[in-house]
Amino acid sequence: MNELTMQSALTPADFATDQEVRWCPGCGDYAVLKAVKTVLADVGAKRENTVFISGIGCAARFPYYIDTYGFHTIHGRAPAVATGVLLANPDLDVWVITGDGDGLSIGGNHLMHVLRRNVNCQILLFNNETYGLTKGQYSPTSRVATRSPSTPSGSIDHPVDPTQYALGCGANFVARAVDTQVKQLVEILKAAYRHPGAAFVEIFQNCIVFNEDVFDDFTARANVADNQIQVEDSAPLVYGVDGDRALAFDADALGLKTIDMRADSPTSALVHNAKNRNLAFALARMARPTFPMATGILYDNPGPVYEVEMANVGSAVRQDGKSLQDVMHAGFTWTVGETS
Amino acid sequence: MDTLVEESAHAAREAVETVVVRLAGDSGDGIQVVGAQIGLASALSGNDLETFPDFPAEVRAPVGTTYGVSAYQIHFGGRSIKTIGDEVDVLVALNPAALKTNLATLKNGGIVLIDAGAFTSRNIAKAGYETSPLEDDSLGPYQLFAPDISKLTMESVKESGLNKKASLRCKNFWALGLVYWMFDRKRQPTRDWLNQKFATNPDVANANIAALDAGHAYGETVEATGEIAGYTVQRIDMAPGLYRSVTGSEALAWGLAAAAELSGRKLVFSSYPITPASPVLHTLARLRDIGVVTFQAEDEIAAVCAAIGVAYAGGLGVTSSSGPGISLKQEAMGLAVSTELPLIIVNTQRAGPSTGMPTKTEQSDLNQALYGRHGESPIPVLAARSPADCFDVAVEAARIALCFMTPVILLSDGFIANASGPWKLPDLSKLPRIEVSNHTDREGFHAFLRDPETLARAWAVPGTPGCEHRIGGIEKDFSTGHISYDPDNHQKMTDVRAAKVAGIAASVPALAPDQGEADGDLAVIGWGSTYGPISRAVTNVRARGHRVSHVHLRHLRPFASNQQELLAGFKRVLAPEMNAGQLVRLMRAEGCTRIEGLSKVTGKPFLVREIEAAIFARLETTDE
Ligand code: SF4
Repeated sequence: MNELTMQSALTPADFATDQEVRWCPGCGDYAVLKAVKTVLADVGAKRENTVFISGIGCAARFPYYIDTYGFHTIHGRAPAVATGVLLANPDLDVWVITGDGDGLSIGGNHLMHVLRRNVNCQILLFNNETYGLTKGQYSPTSRVATRSPSTPSGSIDHPVDPTQYALGCGANFVARAVDTQVKQLVEILKAAYRHPGAAFVEIFQNCIVFNEDVFDDFTARANVADNQIQVEDSAPLVYGVDGDRALAFDADALGLKTIDMRADSPTSALVHNAKNRNLAFALARMARPTFPMATGILYDNPGPVYEVEMANVGSAVRQDGKSLQDVMHAGFTWTVGETS
Repeated sequence: MDTLVEESAHAAREAVETVVVRLAGDSGDGIQVVGAQIGLASALSGNDLETFPDFPAEVRAPVGTTYGVSAYQIHFGGRSIKTIGDEVDVLVALNPAALKTNLATLKNGGIVLIDAGAFTSRNIAKAGYETSPLEDDSLGPYQLFAPDISKLTMESVKESGLNKKASLRCKNFWALGLVYWMFDRKRQPTRDWLNQKFATNPDVANANIAALDAGHAYGETVEATGEIAGYTVQRIDMAPGLYRSVTGSEALAWGLAAAAELSGRKLVFSSYPITPASPVLHTLARLRDIGVVTFQAEDEIAAVCAAIGVAYAGGLGVTSSSGPGISLKQEAMGLAVSTELPLIIVNTQRAGPSTGMPTKTEQSDLNQALYGRHGESPIPVLAARSPADCFDVAVEAARIALCFMTPVILLSDGFIANASGPWKLPDLSKLPRIEVSNHTDREGFHAFLRDPETLARAWAVPGTPGCEHRIGGIEKDFSTGHISYDPDNHQKMTDVRAAKVAGIAASVPALAPDQGEADGDLAVIGWGSTYGPISRAVTNVRARGHRVSHVHLRHLRPFASNQQELLAGFKRVLAPEMNAGQLVRLMRAEGCTRIEGLSKVTGKPFLVREIEAAIFARLETTDE
């Protein structure tokens, strides 16, 4: 490391603002904020080139707490604002902060399009299965029968799965993380940062006020081993205490099945391939309690980046010094002369 | 036709000052193509002109139906032309449906030129006629001239080698040739145009040229019979310079691109398809090679939000739509007000509410522009008056947006967007630059530092070291730029946002009458595309010695600072509007209590004579 980089290297603390953090004490958002600051420091992000863009909701306060450029926009529209920022300046490093209501209800359309266009940004969707800021109504990711102020008898609508939605929209980077699994979260965010194009990360985030421990089934310390599989590219898809469980291909179901590694031959466990979209779908679709919840980088397979394609499409800019004046003078013109 | 007393030098030709020609036919008849040719030929013959294409609303209607009729109107002549003409002098109808849907535009005694060959019983029935209009007396009030254009066209292109269908397709150029003969237009530019257009298909070019020449020759032949006469159209001395024909949509698009050059900003135009606003997107999409970026968003909301993102990142962010789309953008426009970002919102107005009549014009979105947001959220509003004016107003909108750090609404409408006229090309190097630099000084920086004169906030764009900051829709503290829920601060910020917009008036030239004196019996005040008919009506009334002036408003918020004072010099004030009186109510609220409205909400522009009649009605009562 030379002197210059020593001087310019920023620590996580350097990314903190002087603004008081206003999330409820104990909220999962704190852990994500800490992880993001760590990632920014570790990857050597430049404060001036980094932009956090959010919509509306608890998580959307995020930009105020990171000392970079930040834009707290309107409900659901952060992906559209981010697209504009990158069209104006493709060199910026843009993070979109959204939630299950912001990104999948009012802003579901924009999320779809930012993913299928493959705009170069990291999208962190904080999924807490509730509307926190408006005081606990059920959200598009709430499970059936969720009781909330707006569904006193329990909700009846079927939830959407953010990760499957992102894969369905054609996202080229799709990952699942847990607020409290800091090490894994940091690694995922670094990979998202490195990925050219849209990188989508669903983060299971504990809302301790309105939906406390809703993810305990696979995030509580006692449940992690048996109920969660943390996938890694090129590694066998094993889980369970001592790796006694694994995932295998189920030809009849055209999908996955769980196998007991003590009974089966170890070679039958599937090996994760983050470039296989079918496998990513199968992993994302696994539902509790039959299957473990898959976390980690399910899919990472870069494709053409929107802003780069935008700059290349059509003829190259001003190659021949063509100007607006030339455009206006092209076609049929006539001169009214002073003397003619 | 306005006939002149003196005879022209052209032997036996009657001289006329202006002419209105309307061409109508089936969508597949190439009406728009030949319409545009008359425009160019007339410009080269030393006329001023205005044209308007009247497309069918349906994308591809069945052949021969009334809803498949395409029309093109052109008003040309030897004086300043500002409208497409109240009534038509010569109607060319290439099939029965075209006659049926367009006859009402023809003046009594006007000439109707018909393709008798297209008046088959099948086509007559398709148009909804019970009997052939050529055989009953329904065309009695007009001068009917009905050669078998289809047959004559086929004969003229016999040697071209085209098949029957392709040969018949040349009949628009045959009709054009006859119109050229009638008004003494030169054919060579059209021949050149055809040769260029069909360079890879010379047979088609030659056939159309043969049809053009045959139509022209036909005029000369029948002249002797007295069935049809030729005219000489008076010329006008236009200001010297290089001209082209331009539609409002093109001029607006180029104006935005010019504003980007003048300000050194990257233009990112972000829009969603909607009638009649889409041609602006189409025009700009062809300018990639000069650095313009166009973004077709997933919806109207994404379009405005992306444009806001562009502005935040230091570009010239523009979004564009028509009324219903603007409704969808309103929440985001509030964000642009709150974050004080420069943004241009173009509204090419159409007849509303809701889907309304998408292809018809109206100026009924003034209230929406002024008030269509929640909270106290003033946005400056400008309106373009003519196709060429769209260029200047686009540059002005950018100047205001960038210099004052504010969203700006630019109102155009379906009429000006599609109408076209000659435009003296501006020299871009001579236009004043829009000098707005990014804030880069980190010393004492916060995002809501203000220029004491304009009250514009500092524009520090991402990428600038030391000026990192967070903005958003939450109220900001006046002195730190941080979020604030303080009651007194909210009052202060509300006041400063209002004062900033009001202060734009100081940068706007004083309002002066477009025609007439600064005092008199009546001021006719207008905004937007009513400019043309008001202007002509006032000219006509003034020619009869009345003390009437025309006052035109480009700036609708804020008004020019001397507007009240100017209007105080008139006994009465009349405001014709293609809405139910939106400017009238605004001006009454601002203290001009003498203003009267003239409302028209039919989806069609005012006729000159409608405004003249309203003026005379006021003058009579003033005289009492
Ligand atoms: S309401 Fe829930 S999500 Fe919102 S800050 Fe509090 S704990 Fe966090």
